[in-house]
Amino acid sequence: MSANAAREQEFLEYVQSGGQVESTDWLPADYRQKLIKFIEMHANSELMGVLPEREWILKAPTLQRKLALTAKVQDEVGHAQLIYRVAEDLGKPRDEMFADLLSGKAKFHNVFHYPTKTWGDVGVIAWLVDAAAIISQKALLKCSYAPYARIMKKICWEESFHILHGRDVVLAMMTGTPEQQELVQEAVNRWWGPLMQFHGNPIAREEDPMYLWRIKSQGNEEARQQFLEGYVPQIWELGLTVPDSNLGRGDDGVWVYSEPDWAELKSVVTGHGPRSQERLDFRRRFLEQEKWVRDSLVAA
Amino acid sequence: MIFEVFRQEKKGQAFAHAGSIEAPDAAFADAWAREQYGRRGESAALWLVPRDAVHQVNDWADEFDLKYRRVDGYSIKGRLKEARERASSTAPVDR
Ligand SMILES: [Fe+2]
Ligand SMILES: [Fe+2]
Repeated sequence: MSANAAREQEFLEYVQSGGQVESTDWLPADYRQKLIKFIEMHANSELMGVLPEREWILKAPTLQRKLALTAKVQDEVGHAQLIYRVAEDLGKPRDEMFADLLSGKAKFHNVFHYPTKTWGDVGVIAWLVDAAAIISQKALLKCSYAPYARIMKKICWEESFHILHGRDVVLAMMTGTPEQQELVQEAVNRWWGPLMQFHGNPIAREEDPMYLWRIKSQGNEEARQQFLEGYVPQIWELGLTVPDSNLGRGDDGVWVYSEPDWAELKSVVTGHGPRSQERLDFRRRFLEQEKWVRDSLVAA
Repeated sequence: MIFEVFRQEKKGQAFAHAGSIEAPDAAFADAWAREQYGRRGESAALWLVPRDAVHQVNDWADEFDLKYRRVDGYSIKGRLKEARERASSTAPVDR
């Protein structure tokens, strides 16, 4: 074994036994590369993820909702800033990350490629999309890369407000008129497919390179099971239905469900979702339009 | 400029590293850190430290390491290479 391979093996054993590393530590090239890819996609998702909600700030039904939604959008952009910073420290400049996002080389989560049709979608996004996301993010609190794990503490703390805000929006509508209840049901129907795809294909965690390096601390299917266990009962208790007749909790506590549409997931995250290009165009426009602000700050 | 952010949650508690921000100077760092780490009143105080000002100590000599008594206590490979390169790049000595 070469000296480098031995060192890499030692590193692998260290992180697999729960060890954490800092930006100033020696990192294997493969680890650094996987870490940047993962963190970059997370940052991109926070940045792109505000666009579906932003559209509704001006259309929010009350001032209180408008303010809460604005606060959530500010949080998410703040998350993007924090996470990009961590990726920059690993060696990828922010300009390059923006360029890769706009060119489609880097990805963002599937759920942010879809339209936000009604206020019902806004509630369902904040409640269920954020719930699915917090499950992944909580698992990052134990990430082997400590600077990432540390900022996740703040992020998870803010996410818990997002979920409650979403649940409150949904509850207000579910205790309202039949039309309002219908809006929520339609939103659940629209979002269920993307939500079930969100945590990715059920690859065994031992075969997942992100788990191997302990960037993630759980497998995709574990995350999805946790989502189903936590949230399906909450959906059902409101009298809402889930558009999957195979969905149910087995006697062994394991949820069964219809196979998510993996082809759709792949096509959506590679930029072929219903709103992918429109949202990237929006980002492109604003990055260009506000370039003078960034330039003058650097010159300050 | 990169500033490391240390956050104190309650008065009297230790400051803990919370993340970093990039800002052109301390005034901007102040504004952004307030926004990022203080807008919900979640911090009693913040320390913003230019990254270059942090002097890190993380290499600890182990005085009780007894390997010097064994062959595996000496790894000369790297230094030997360095010494040879140094010798060959300086002017030859008359012998
Ligand atoms: Fe977020
Ligand atoms: Fe969120």
